[in-house]
Amino acid sequence: MMNEQEKVLKIENLSFRYEKENVLEDINLSVPKGAFLGLVGPNGSGKSTLLKCILGLLKPQSGKIYLFGTPVSQFKDWHRIGFVSQKANSFNTGFPATVYEVVASGLTSKIGLFRFLSKKDKQAVIDAIEAVGMQPFINRNIGELSGGQQQRVFIARAIVSQPDLLILDEPTVGVDVHHVQNFYNMLDELNRHLGITLILVTHDIGTITEKVTHVACLNKHLHFHGKAQEFAQLDSKELSQFYGHHLHVLSHNH
Amino acid sequence: MVEAIFQYEFLQNAFFTGVLIGIVAPLLGVFIVVRRLSLIADALSHVTLAGIAASLLLEKKLLGSFLFNPLYMGMAFSVAGSLFIEKLRSVYKHYQELAIPIILSSGIGLSVIFISMADGFNTDLFSYLFGSVSAVSRSDLWTVLFITLGVIVTICLLYKELFLLSFDEEHAVASGIKTKTVHFVFIVLVALVIAASMRIVGILLVSSLMTLPVAASIRIARGFKQTIVFSILFGELAVILGLIFAYYLDLAPGGTIVMLAVLILLLVILLKKWRRG
Repeated sequence: MMNEQEKVLKIENLSFRYEKENVLEDINLSVPKGAFLGLVGPNGSGKSTLLKCILGLLKPQSGKIYLFGTPVSQFKDWHRIGFVSQKANSFNTGFPATVYEVVASGLTSKIGLFRFLSKKDKQAVIDAIEAVGMQPFINRNIGELSGGQQQRVFIARAIVSQPDLLILDEPTVGVDVHHVQNFYNMLDELNRHLGITLILVTHDIGTITEKVTHVACLNKHLHFHGKAQEFAQLDSKELSQFYGHHLHVLSHNH
Repeated sequence: MVEAIFQYEFLQNAFFTGVLIGIVAPLLGVFIVVRRLSLIADALSHVTLAGIAASLLLEKKLLGSFLFNPLYMGMAFSVAGSLFIEKLRSVYKHYQELAIPIILSSGIGLSVIFISMADGFNTDLFSYLFGSVSAVSRSDLWTVLFITLGVIVTICLLYKELFLLSFDEEHAVASGIKTKTVHFVFIVLVALVIAASMRIVGILLVSSLMTLPVAASIRIARGFKQTIVFSILFGELAVILGLIFAYYLDLAPGGTIVMLAVLILLLVILLKKWRRG
């Protein structure tokens, strides 16, 4: 039982299907506290479906998911989990809100109904904006920023409630190539200095292997799940088995 | 007009009602515009008209005398209409905007039937369509004051939730906010404010008082709170100047207020262009 408590996320024998099509089969996955897990898989490998199951938005046909030791169906402390979706890129860019206002909205459910932001909350907003290096833009409208800057703001919104687990779904889609490395450095900082457990979902193996501590390869089944060092030692032949024919399109230039 | 306000009760009623609506219509308007619901305001105003027409018909045919303020029946229809819109939006999940023409045309259809049953237009109804300085009663003023206070308090209490719902509905759902309840409360507020505003600006122009000041504000404001403040300032400016012009030039206040709001919008657009250029 002690061991269970240390797992931020634990998935047991999870399967999910839409209509007749199996999307996820027999997934077993555990994420220890403080880890930085790279969840990689080609497009259509079921990554997004797995995330929706973890967030309780989809109900799997079989298997169990535990968040901080609690089954997801009974989990109530959603403010302990931050989520940055890929869709954050497609919000209404004309929306008249400043960086400060967007980040403050991340506290909505933590503060609760009919309550206002306290002094401490306001400081937390400023701290979160500093953590992602966006303080020079604090009073800018969100629509005036670049894609990469916007994504940083959405990460600040996700970490302002001081979550223990932060899940990022393809966060670098739409981010300028030159800023991607910077972006991963920032995630590394969040993981090491703030101790936030990270799950980064991506189809790009190349860039993440040097930053993450753990890797999980998903393509309907979980093909590999282990420490990043072990993953780095796999040769390309083994990798291509996990990945099928998709591997050769992946970039390895880091 | 300042002297006249102290003299005539009907001017006091119109002036203070206008000031209240100048606050509350743009306040809700900001949320309506950013959530792309501008047309819902239009649909609800036509349903409100059906309520007013029903009330006038009842008064004329059955009761014979003035029993209760037609505003109440307008409000009841407007709120009922907002509930139907929500229901239709969930029925037609993939064609959500379909709810608006359905409710809008039902509103007009019902209004026309009630009006014809009451043997056509009378001046009273005309004032509801285009607004009127002289038709605002003390009872209207109290009703509008009550609605204004209710709306401001509710918006303050639900500000965080409404902001998140407007900015990122998916995130609001994922973070466990009861978005359906918040949206429901909001739509009821919109229905009430539409019913309240129509005395001054008239049913046909209500939605413009909710959208035009916001359209101007959104061009120059930095952030959401500033957008709200500027919207209210522009709305208030249009209402107060509009009422003064309407009084002295004997114009329908609705049209005057709306054209001033259009003028403000044009000035803001030009000002911004000029500054950039």
